[in-house]
Amino acid sequence: MNRFATLAGLALAAVAAPVCAQDLAITNATLALGDGSEPIEDGTVVVRGGRVVAAGAGLAVPADMQAIDAEDGWVTPGLFATVTTLGLVDVGAVSESNDTRANDSPFSAALDVAPVVNPNSQHVLIHRAAGITRAATTTMPSGSIFAGQGAIIDLDSDSNPIVRPRAFQMVTLGEQGGRIAGGSRAAAHALLRNALREAGSYGDAARIPGMSSQARNTRTGDDLPVDPRLSGRETDRAGDVLLTRFDAAALVPVVRGEQKLYVAVDRASDILSALALTTEFPMLDMVLVGAAEGWLVADAIAAAGVPVIANALGDLPERFEQLAATQSNVGRMMRAGVQVAISANSGQNPRNMPQAAGNLVALSRMPGASGLSWGQAFAAISSVPAAISGYEGEAGVLSNGAVGDVVVWTGDPLEVGSVPQRVFIGGVEQPLENHQSRLKERYRDLDESDLPKAYDR
Amino acid sequence: MNVSRKLWAASASALLLAGCATTGSNATADRSADDAPRYAAMMPDEGPFASTYARYPGTATALVGATVYDGAGGVIENGTVLFRDGEIVAVGGSDLPTDGYQSIDGTGKFVTPGIIDIHSHLGDYPSPSVDAHSDGNEATAPTTPEVWAEHSVWPQDPGFSRALANGGVTSLQILPGSANLMGGRSVTLKNVPARTVQGMKFPGAPYGFKMACGENPKRVYGNRGRMPSTRMGNFAVNRETWLDAIDYANDEDADRDLGKETLVGVLDGEILVHNHCYRADEMALVMDMAKEMGYRVSAFHHAVEAYKIGDLLRENDVCSAIWADWYGFKMEAYDGIVENAALLQQEGACVVIHSDSQDEIQRLNQEVAKAQAAGRRMGIDLPDEQVIGWITLNAARAMGIDAMTGSLEAGKMADVVLWNGDPLSVYSRPERVWVDGALLYDANDPRRRPVSDFELGQPGEGDVK
Repeated sequence: MNRFATLAGLALAAVAAPVCAQDLAITNATLALGDGSEPIEDGTVVVRGGRVVAAGAGLAVPADMQAIDAEDGWVTPGLFATVTTLGLVDVGAVSESNDTRANDSPFSAALDVAPVVNPNSQHVLIHRAAGITRAATTTMPSGSIFAGQGAIIDLDSDSNPIVRPRAFQMVTLGEQGGRIAGGSRAAAHALLRNALREAGSYGDAARIPGMSSQARNTRTGDDLPVDPRLSGRETDRAGDVLLTRFDAAALVPVVRGEQKLYVAVDRASDILSALALTTEFPMLDMVLVGAAEGWLVADAIAAAGVPVIANALGDLPERFEQLAATQSNVGRMMRAGVQVAISANSGQNPRNMPQAAGNLVALSRMPGASGLSWGQAFAAISSVPAAISGYEGEAGVLSNGAVGDVVVWTGDPLEVGSVPQRVFIGGVEQPLENHQSRLKERYRDLDESDLPKAYDR
Repeated sequence: MNVSRKLWAASASALLLAGCATTGSNATADRSADDAPRYAAMMPDEGPFASTYARYPGTATALVGATVYDGAGGVIENGTVLFRDGEIVAVGGSDLPTDGYQSIDGTGKFVTPGIIDIHSHLGDYPSPSVDAHSDGNEATAPTTPEVWAEHSVWPQDPGFSRALANGGVTSLQILPGSANLMGGRSVTLKNVPARTVQGMKFPGAPYGFKMACGENPKRVYGNRGRMPSTRMGNFAVNRETWLDAIDYANDEDADRDLGKETLVGVLDGEILVHNHCYRADEMALVMDMAKEMGYRVSAFHHAVEAYKIGDLLRENDVCSAIWADWYGFKMEAYDGIVENAALLQQEGACVVIHSDSQDEIQRLNQEVAKAQAAGRRMGIDLPDEQVIGWITLNAARAMGIDAMTGSLEAGKMADVVLWNGDPLSVYSRPERVWVDGALLYDANDPRRRPVSDFELGQPGEGDVK
């Protein structure tokens, strides 16, 4: 089994580089590497076969490559957005176009977004044009405390958005989890514990190999692996079950620590209760999502080594579980040693992530607040979310071996007025047109003296 | 029973002669004339629920050396702004004498008028946003012109303090929601902490009237099997309601009717219409309905497709109060583009950037910068000093308070923000905020930071937020 997996991994690696990947060199850039360091002048980045081979100050461009002169402009790795619903919805309030919530489904943890992500969604196109090159995308908790299994996607223009299916499971345990589970946080905790125990015993009884569910890197449309957990025929389980067979099977890799468990909690005490789950289920590979009151228990989060995906700008007690919300939350957790990514939900849309990051830099000048350096803030929307998503050193960063996701900006990417001029994903330059850019061009003027606007294209 | 409107007119003029029409005090005594009924409510022009706000003490202040955006399209490098006794005294260059004023060095900093949010639900949808606080939509009938947003505003909403400290917001309009075609009266507030909503009411500000077109009313009432369930139903209900109001306005013997009093206020031009509307074609229909019935629309709110009809909006003198970049969350928002504000400005139409959000009200300056940059990318000339008007004087105009605030001009209210850098940069924040000349926020003084009752004794009380 292991040998098979290894071979499969090698085979996938061999096809990982897109056939049309460009070799690419950009020079004379104000270069942000994405690793937390401050931007460097006279930066160069070199991409070969879809991967970064060099990035830094004053590097020589290989003789066989034609370089793009950035003319001191800003160049960065592509942004990494987590957690999103990109590719799952056209219009939020048009329910038939919205696959983000499956309220009425009999399934919960088994929900898997991999087959339903639409790379042609306008939101994908618009966010690509905003410099987001990869994202975690998932259904959201609605009918169950379990959201289902999220995927890592790229936002390039090919037909396969899935980079890694079933990369994580998400569960909500705070106020929302309590309401969904039956009216109390206690119900949510009981439901989660029961589910993980069922999954644990189900895995053994059904001889479900956890490894087989482990997410594999996939790059093209024809190699999406069938999920073997769901192909078994085992139906005879103990009578005391709340989960369907699929849902229990889907949680097997969670309880074994082979699939990350994102736990959505905000209140300080809820965070501690979530962290305590690891004493009962020691293999859990946990990520906290939300954590509005994380700064109150930052030392405990740091000690547990659990990363956090936090809303950067929440500063209101919008719910009782967010009474201590402050924009200093991210900075304070970072100072305590917690690995923190800025949530893609920090603004109206994931494309507002850089604005959120910029605001945390602004905070560093406010007395009594805990802001971030520019490098920390940019890392929190690039390399850190990539690392939390399982791509440490591989995405959201310009370093040897990382994916060739490179963005050339009109200015400082954290400034609200900056947008990408050119976007490369896996070394391939991407089209940046979309519904919005076309509308903008059509309505550049209101002249209909010859023909109606409908002919203006 | 109800006092007829004929009697109201008579008694109102008597009060005017007595010179106490605006005090609203002791209404019963004022009506002790023989012909007055024994029981009588105050009349609308006696100012029920009158503002009790009075400015707080301030120091005569000179802001010296900053870049000053005056809100009216002007900019002064190394400028001087003088204010005392709640009013702007003078705005000028470095040669303006500052004797008698406490001088604050603004070198490297920026000064703007207090920021104004024309579209907020602070107080009527406050934090925490629990059902018990959901007071913004009287969604029990498609037209509720009789409700007043001020009766829903919870002054302890912590959102007011965030808007002040992080957003530099000194005035804001609190609107009813958009479930109804006619949602009720809005209220304009000074962003001053107070125990009562009357203590926040902007003295002398006209009332607004919230209307809504499109998806929301037809969805809310259509789902209940009642009219309106379509866009044509929306218009039919609106027009019938206006016709009734016109009849009422022409009938001096009609009994008082709270809803129709508001509608007549609109027909008289005393109450300003703020119409939630997304689609261009629908806004054009609303403007024709307004002509048909004899009222004006002051501003379309949200107006994500306003850029498609900038010419019509200019010709009708209607402002567009918009987000910089919201789009796609509902069908009628599908064509939202970041260039909306810039294209409107290019067409000569009035632009206001609004929040409709307890979060974005803290960053209206950044939303302006976003919309400005989008326009510049397509070659539209948008000077910094002009776009600051999108969240100051233009908002004040559409709310009918531009004679009092919205720009830094001698005699206007000293609503002023000192920014620690260019307000059109993401890296800048308000350093100090004055309302009517009173320093109500100072980033360097934790004691000049309002903390609402709700936050006392809670984790993070008094934090910088």
